[in-house]
Amino acid sequence: MLSRNASSLFWLGRHVERLDFTARLMDAAFRFEALPSPDKNAGWKSAAQASGTGELFAAKNVPPNRAAVTDFLALDPDNPSSIRSCVTKARNDARVVRAALTREAFESLNEGYIELAGRIREVDRPLDMVSLVERVKQEVRNFEGAVWRTLARSENFWFIRLGNVIERADNTARLMDVKYHTLLPEGEGVGGALDQAQWTAILRSVSAVTAYRHIYRQNLKPWLIAELLILKDDLPRSLSHCMDVADEYLQDLSVAHGRVGPADRRAKRMKNQLRGLTVDDIYKNGMHQFLQQFITDNNQLNRDISEQFSF
Amino acid sequence: MTGTNSFSEMYGAGSDVRAPYKGLETWLETVSVDELAKRHGAAELAFRKLGITFAVYGDNEGDEKIIPFDVLPRIVAAEEFDALEAGIVQRIDALQMFLADIYGPREILKAGLIPEELVLSNPQFQPIMTQIKPPGGVYSHISGIDMVRTADEFYVLEDNLRTPSGVAYMLENREAMLRLFPMLFQEHSIRPVESYIDYLQDMIRAVAPEATRGDPTGVILTPGPLNSAYYEHSFLADRLGIELVEGSDLFVEDRCVYMRTTKGPERVDVVYRRIDDDYLDPLAFRPDSILGIAGMMDAYEAGNVTIINAPGTGVADDKAIYSYVPEIVKFYSGSDAALKNVETYRCREDDALKYTLDNLAELVVKRVDASGGYGMLIGPAATEAEIEEFALRIKDDPDGYIAQPTLALSTCPTVVNDSIVERHVDLRAFVVSGAEETKVVPGGLTRVALKEGSLVVNSSQGGGTKDSWVLAS
Repeated sequence: MLSRNASSLFWLGRHVERLDFTARLMDAAFRFEALPSPDKNAGWKSAAQASGTGELFAAKNVPPNRAAVTDFLALDPDNPSSIRSCVTKARNDARVVRAALTREAFESLNEGYIELAGRIREVDRPLDMVSLVERVKQEVRNFEGAVWRTLARSENFWFIRLGNVIERADNTARLMDVKYHTLLPEGEGVGGALDQAQWTAILRSVSAVTAYRHIYRQNLKPWLIAELLILKDDLPRSLSHCMDVADEYLQDLSVAHGRVGPADRRAKRMKNQLRGLTVDDIYKNGMHQFLQQFITDNNQLNRDISEQFSF
Repeated sequence: MTGTNSFSEMYGAGSDVRAPYKGLETWLETVSVDELAKRHGAAELAFRKLGITFAVYGDNEGDEKIIPFDVLPRIVAAEEFDALEAGIVQRIDALQMFLADIYGPREILKAGLIPEELVLSNPQFQPIMTQIKPPGGVYSHISGIDMVRTADEFYVLEDNLRTPSGVAYMLENREAMLRLFPMLFQEHSIRPVESYIDYLQDMIRAVAPEATRGDPTGVILTPGPLNSAYYEHSFLADRLGIELVEGSDLFVEDRCVYMRTTKGPERVDVVYRRIDDDYLDPLAFRPDSILGIAGMMDAYEAGNVTIINAPGTGVADDKAIYSYVPEIVKFYSGSDAALKNVETYRCREDDALKYTLDNLAELVVKRVDASGGYGMLIGPAATEAEIEEFALRIKDDPDGYIAQPTLALSTCPTVVNDSIVERHVDLRAFVVSGAEETKVVPGGLTRVALKEGSLVVNSSQGGGTKDSWVLAS
C-alpha cells in the first residue's frame, strides 16, 4: 500500500474518533450544566480543556459559557478538533483513499458529511446543538459499522483501527486528567455529591455507566472508575483495551510485511506496562503524572507508526 | 435558435421518430414526466452520495457540484456508429503517425503541408521527445474525439490527446440508467461500455517496457483531490485495481521509477498520468513545479517506464493544428478523411482574419490554446460590446485564434423543469490505442446544454450529460 494512503487511512481513523469524542464532550458538558454547581460554566471550561484545545480557546478571549464553547467545539473552523473540522478532514481523508474503502464505508461517511455539513450551516438554537451532537454519534456509528461489516481484514482496516485506538486512548487519558485535575470546584470534596454527579456524567458520556454497574455492583467510586477507564481491558474505551488493540493490529501488519519496527516494540511495552499496574500504584505515584506520561508515550507511538510505515 | 434549423436526434428534421428512437418512443408513452423527474432526482441524489462530484474553478460557493444528469438517453444506430468508428480509427491512427513523424523524420514538414513554425514553435511541442521513442511506438494511448451533428452528419469539433476526461461519467451514467430503468434495457439491444476498462487494462499491459510486458505495475498519477477530475482518477484506479499516486509518492533512482509503500519502495512500470506535461518532471520541464517527479523523463528515456499519454501529444490536438487534420489524414493514410472537420478560419492567415472580423456576429471564435469552453466567443449569443472587445483581442494576437461557423448542433429530448424539451448535444467518443490496435468504445459521453438555445455543453459552463447508447443492431 502507498505510504500516503496508509497515512490517510490512519488519520481517517483518528479524525472520526475525535469527531465522536468532541460530540461526547459536549454531551458531558450539557449534563454538567444541569448539575447544582456553584460555577455553571465549569463544565464548559473543562470541555475545551479536555478536547486538548484549551489554549486555543483561551486565546479567543471570550467568556467560557455555553454559547462560546459550543460554538468553539462544534462550529469553529479554526479549532482543529471541532466537529466541523473533524468531519471535513475525515471526509477529505476518505476522498483520498476512496479506492481503499468499500462503497458502503465511503458512502456512509460521505452521507454523514453531507448531513452534518448541512446542520452545521443551520445551527442557531441550543436545541440544534443537542441534536447535532446526537447526530454526530449516530453518523460515527454508521461509518464504523460499515467499516466493521464490509472492509477486508487487511492493511486498510488495520490502519483505520490503529488511528481509532490511538486517538481514543489519548481522549480517555485527557478526559480523566481534566476530571481529576481541574473539574471539581474548590471547596467541594472528592467523593462528595457534585463529584459523584460529575463522574456519572462522564461515565455516561463515554457509554460506560452500565459497564461500571455490571463489573463493580456498587456506587461510583473514583478509584474504581479510574481502574475501569485505565486498566479494564474489556471496556472498549479503556487505555488498556486501546493498547491491546494497537498491539494486535501492529502484529497483523508486521506479519503481512514480514518485519517489525519501533511501533511494534513501543505498543507492546505500553500494553505490558498497563497489565502490570494496579490502581493503587497509579494513585501512589500520582494520577496526573501517570496520565501525562501516558499521553506523551501515546504521541510517541503515533510518531513511531509514521516512521515505521514511512508516512 | 432551437427547432427550425436544428436536427433532432429523435425526430430528425421532421416529426417522424427516427428508427433508433422507436423503442424509446413506445416506452415514453408508458411513463409520465413526473415519474421521469422523480427518477432523475433519485439519480442525482445517488451521484451526490457516491461523491461523483467535480470542482468548478473560481467558484467559491459550494466547492463541489454534481454534473446534471439527464435520464433520457442519446441513441446511436449500429450503422451510424460503425461509420463513426471507422472514421475515428483512421483519424487517431493518422495523428499517431503525425506525432511519430514530427518527433522523427518530419516528412510532413518537408512536404510543406503544414507551416513549420506552427509545429516546431508550438508551446505543446516537446523537443525532448525527438530523443525518445515511446514503447510500442504509441503516443496517444487514450484519446477523446468531440463530435457534433448537424442535419444528419457528424463533424469533429475537437481532438483531445492530452488525457481527456469523462469516461467515469460514461460508465456511471450507464450504471445509473441500469438501476433506474432496467426494463428499457430489456427492450433494447445496447452495446456495453464496460469494455472500456478491459481496453485500458490490455493497453497498459501491451505498452509496458519490454522487461515487464504482460505483467507491469501501473499507477494513475493525479494532481490530487482538489483537481476537478479527481473523482474520475480515483474511479479509474479502483476499477483498474492499481494505485492512485501523487507526485510525492513517486521517486526516481538509477533511472527507474518507484513508489513509496508501507513495505518500502516498489518499482513502477507504467504511469497513466492525469497531469500536464509541464508538471511531469521539474528537471525536464518546469523547475518551479512541485507536482513533478525529478528524473521521470530520464527514466522514460532509458526505457524503464511508459508514460501514458506520451509527453508532447498536445501538439497534435492543438486548435491551430486541428484545421490541418484532413491534410494529415490524407498524407499518412493515403485516403480522404472519413470524418469531417468543421470549416475553420485560421486568423493567422490574412484573408481568414479579415473574414472573421467582418463576420464575428455569426462565428464561434476560440483561442487555440484554451479548452473547457473558456476564452471563446459565440457570435450569435454575444452582445455588441462583447463582440467589439473580442475583436480587439483577436487583432492583438491573430495567431492565437481560430473561427468557425456557428453550427446548428443537433438536439435531443431532455427533461428540464418537469417537461421534455429539445436541447443541443455533442458526443465525446473514447479511444484506446495499444501497440497493435485502436479501439473505440461503443458509447461515449453525450453532453447537453441545459439552457434553452445554448450551444455550450461544457460541464464547467452548466452543461449536463446523458447516457449514450450504441445499438447492437
